[in-house]
Amino acid sequence: MSPHVHTATTVQSCMRDVLIALAPALIVSFCFFGLGAVLVTLTSVASCVLFEFLIQKYILKVTPSVSDLSAIVTGVLLAFNLPSNIPLWIVLIGALVAIGIGKMAFGGIGCNIFNPALVGRVFLLIAYPVQMTTWPVSGSMGYVDVETAATPLALFTQWFAAETPQAADAIMAQMPSALDMLLGVTGGAMGEVSALALLVGFCYLLWRKVITWHAPIAIFVAAYIMALICGYGWMGSLQMLLTGGMMLGAIFMATDYTTSPMNNKGLLIYGCFIGALTILIRRFGAYPEGMSFAILIMNAFTPIINAYVKPTRFGVVKAAKK
Amino acid sequence: MNLILIALIVLGVIGAIGALVLHVVAKKFYVYEDPRVGQVEEVLPGANCGGCGFPGCHGMADACVKASSLDGLMCPVGGADVMAKVAGILGMEAGAADPKLAVVRCNGDTCARPKRAVYDGAKSCAVANATFAGETGCVFGCIGLGDCVEACQFDAIHINEERGLPEVDADKCVACGACVKACPKLVIELRKKGRVVQGNARRVWVECINKDKGGVAMKNCKNACIGCGKCQKVCKFDAITIENNLSYIDPEKCKACGMCVNECPTHAIHCTFTPPAPKPKPAPAEKAAEKAAVATTKVAEAKEAVKEAVAAKVEEVKANVVEAQKAVAAKVDEVKPKVEAKVEEVVSDLKEKASAVVSDIKEKVDEVKTSKKD
Amino acid sequence: MNMKTFKLGGVHPAANKLSDKAPVEVAAVPAEVAIPMAQNLGAPSKPCVQKGDKVKVGTVIGEPGGFLSSFVHSSVSGTVTKVDNVHDATGKNVPAVFIKVEGDEWEESIDRSTELKKDISLDKQQIIDKVKEMGIVGMGGATFPTQVKLTPPPAFKPEVVIINAVECEPYLTSDHSLMLAHAEEILVGVEILKKAMGVTKAIIGIEANKPDAIALMEEKAKGYPGTTIQPLKLKYPQGGEKQLINACIGKEVPSGGLPIATGALVQNVGTAFAVYEAVQKNKPLIERIVTVTGKSLAKPSNFLARVGTPIAALIEAAGGLPEDTGKVISGGPMMGKAMPAVDSYMVKGCSGILIMPNEEARRKEASPCIRCAKCVNACPMGLSPYILSKYSQKGMLDKAEEERVYDCIECGSCSFSCPANRPLLDWIRQGKGKVMGILRARAAEAKAKADAAKAAAEAKSEAPAKA
Repeated sequence: MSPHVHTATTVQSCMRDVLIALAPALIVSFCFFGLGAVLVTLTSVASCVLFEFLIQKYILKVTPSVSDLSAIVTGVLLAFNLPSNIPLWIVLIGALVAIGIGKMAFGGIGCNIFNPALVGRVFLLIAYPVQMTTWPVSGSMGYVDVETAATPLALFTQWFAAETPQAADAIMAQMPSALDMLLGVTGGAMGEVSALALLVGFCYLLWRKVITWHAPIAIFVAAYIMALICGYGWMGSLQMLLTGGMMLGAIFMATDYTTSPMNNKGLLIYGCFIGALTILIRRFGAYPEGMSFAILIMNAFTPIINAYVKPTRFGVVKAAKK
Repeated sequence: MNLILIALIVLGVIGAIGALVLHVVAKKFYVYEDPRVGQVEEVLPGANCGGCGFPGCHGMADACVKASSLDGLMCPVGGADVMAKVAGILGMEAGAADPKLAVVRCNGDTCARPKRAVYDGAKSCAVANATFAGETGCVFGCIGLGDCVEACQFDAIHINEERGLPEVDADKCVACGACVKACPKLVIELRKKGRVVQGNARRVWVECINKDKGGVAMKNCKNACIGCGKCQKVCKFDAITIENNLSYIDPEKCKACGMCVNECPTHAIHCTFTPPAPKPKPAPAEKAAEKAAVATTKVAEAKEAVKEAVAAKVEEVKANVVEAQKAVAAKVDEVKPKVEAKVEEVVSDLKEKASAVVSDIKEKVDEVKTSKKD
Repeated sequence: MNMKTFKLGGVHPAANKLSDKAPVEVAAVPAEVAIPMAQNLGAPSKPCVQKGDKVKVGTVIGEPGGFLSSFVHSSVSGTVTKVDNVHDATGKNVPAVFIKVEGDEWEESIDRSTELKKDISLDKQQIIDKVKEMGIVGMGGATFPTQVKLTPPPAFKPEVVIINAVECEPYLTSDHSLMLAHAEEILVGVEILKKAMGVTKAIIGIEANKPDAIALMEEKAKGYPGTTIQPLKLKYPQGGEKQLINACIGKEVPSGGLPIATGALVQNVGTAFAVYEAVQKNKPLIERIVTVTGKSLAKPSNFLARVGTPIAALIEAAGGLPEDTGKVISGGPMMGKAMPAVDSYMVKGCSGILIMPNEEARRKEASPCIRCAKCVNACPMGLSPYILSKYSQKGMLDKAEEERVYDCIECGSCSFSCPANRPLLDWIRQGKGKVMGILRARAAEAKAKADAAKAAAEAKSEAPAKA
């Protein structure tokens, strides 16, 4: 039965590569948020793996496949979306929703429609809005009694809402510089803060050919253009890319194998819509952050994109011309 | 209160509009269908298995209503009961059909049929069959990857993991034929369930489809039919044919006596009952009795032969006689004119001579008279 | 070096060309050969000898069994012992002529000298007839009867001959070693093919992992105007006809169309050599170079072996079947067929015997599809293997047809690249076969309909004439 040889790449090796790519951001979050980050990450990962194992073994009655590492990836991504001072029981609920509803309810790996980590995150965001939006400032190493601050995105929203130019300037003065955002010296969810660390991960994934460039680049380009249209200005638009969940979402969430379209053309379309939607939600929506919602919305559209956008066929264009 | 009223009114109006639209559409786009189709479909099992040859039970119902007679229309799932009901609805007579079931015609289990290669492609008989000859030396037999199990809607066929072969659950099998179509090796056959004796349906079949020459078949599978023809000789009903080194029992002719079962040197013939005692190894007493019986029949045969021979001889002789008579008659006919001519000639000659003698005598008498006168 | 490659998809399996340094060795003539009668794509040949017949090397023993069929010649001299079934590489029964070898006597018409004969004395039609008479088939593995390929439908105008010396299958080195041994002969063979097709241009495509062959061929090709060497970037399946045309001249074979629609005729380098021998030396296709290789094999080799040689004898000559043998493959690892038993005989299309050790032989357990789209990116035909495989498995043939399953070239890139080890190609092949059957039936039906309509029209036009 040909072929008789096989690539060394496996599901496990793909997931391992994703974890390696997440490592820089993880280390940065440990440095910036200290104990809280460690606790939240550990809880998230452990509970995701545990729930996956239990559900597979006792509810679905199939051989547990936790060894493919996908649950760990979900766990890390979920943790990255949370503030480091969040109560651990909320993390537990998030993990249950992510694995139970986001993944296993659809039939496990490969069958889910929505990105599990995002399902968990959005559930928590809606269910526990206060805990989910109290962002500790980067550098506050404790778990309880940390200093909190508004995120750049919240500041932008306030800026647009400011009634007088003076008030707007005052808000702008609190805004971290683009460089700070790149490095992550700002408030926000654990994994989101350091754009640079995430970009390093992106390069690693591209080098290992785990993902293609199409979706992230499309997101960045579309988001930048949409931000310009929405009046964020040259610099503001760049900051829009660097802050919030944009980097994490574009590189690690939107590229999730299962929930993204199956060919490069589809990925470009998908990416463009995510980028544009994110900015629109950030600008006009009730929530300051729009990445998670944009990705989830486009996840829902993935089957349609798959149905209508086909890969470039060999020998077909020409036949059509004839 | 007001709020509730408004809500009720709005919902009521929406409901009424919806009902109106549905009603109009239903009237406008109504397609006439013979109401009996629905009735027939009601009594059909609703499994939509396609075993009848029509696309689902609705198709079958449609075909039944349109058909002029129910001959050849058979719901394998519901069997005669359901067809009788259908016939009742349509005022026709149900066609008779023997209940059938799927029979796996391969007994090459893991012990009998050694594997010489390992297949690890897609778990499908069809794929495996397209790829190569098979994991064992036998290129005809069951592949054992369970396409039939997949095809069965009635949970009636399962792979016996130990033997590596599918087994049919006779109680659940409705003979829809899905497994027969699914099997790329054509191992499965629908056969008559057979005459029921003491609650047991009696049937006999050759559990092998290997067409290789005896030696090759034997080498590749201990349970293979080698086409030796012993079963054919023992069958009193002419039900067994040997073709391409393979024996086949015609279910129409087979009376399920079981005589062939123990005759088979490779035990390739299977049955659902205890077969009669094997012929080659009878007990001594029976042997004698058998010998006696054989002798009796021989004597009878000889008598018969003699009788026949005698009769034949008689006939022959009779025929000869007739022929001889015919020949004689012919000869007679041939000779008669000659004889008559001769006779006439002789007679005239005699007459002449006689008249001469008479005249001579007369002369003499006259002479004597004259001399007397003289 | 101006390196080209094809545009869509492709994968990079480890090359493992273990025998690329091994020179071509002449394999011993065995004591008995069995020459299968089904050695070409299309109808099998009909044996035309009987038990007890004496044959020489080059005696015709099988005649074409149809249009798409070819002659089979005896590869040895001796006595026909029987015409019986043998197992082919996949274990299925095919008729074969068994010959007991006595001496090594060749037909007188065959020129056995090694001298290079450059002048082509035959004309176009004579070349094609000669190719047919000498039983030449495509040597890349598809074994398409060459004379059929050399006579394309008149609607197409051939512009260039492309010689496939890519050998993109891992492990195999038979073409490579052939080029090193017979560069000039190949080039003359190319000249013959050019003449047969009435074109002046030829491109020989060689993958970059054979620098010595590229250098040698480039050097020799200087003497043959119109013939150029095209080095190609390493990528599987570059040796696929459509991919090679795309890589060499940038054109795409239209879906469902013949490759000649692009003006290119592709022939394997081995075929070019066989054509040279047939046309210039009057030698039928009775032997070929076959790579016998494998990681645990004592002596990976390239043998010049007679058709009908037992595979087991070739493995023996390469050091014997290693103990850890997991499977024996006829052909390369990407498209070759695993042999259920080593009891078959060498055929014209057999480019290699690959012996895989146990640990590599078995496939890993398949896990659910994670929709990573690696198969989509690997597919050189721009298909979506993940969904084709699903459709085939579920019997959704209309959907599979919509997704162009019939374009699949069965290269195996999808199965190769799948991180979940899913047997994608196994299923797609199944679905493709069924869809092709449906398409053919549909075409036949359409044709019958058209014919009926035509007949009816004719009847109509005739009727008034009569009235």
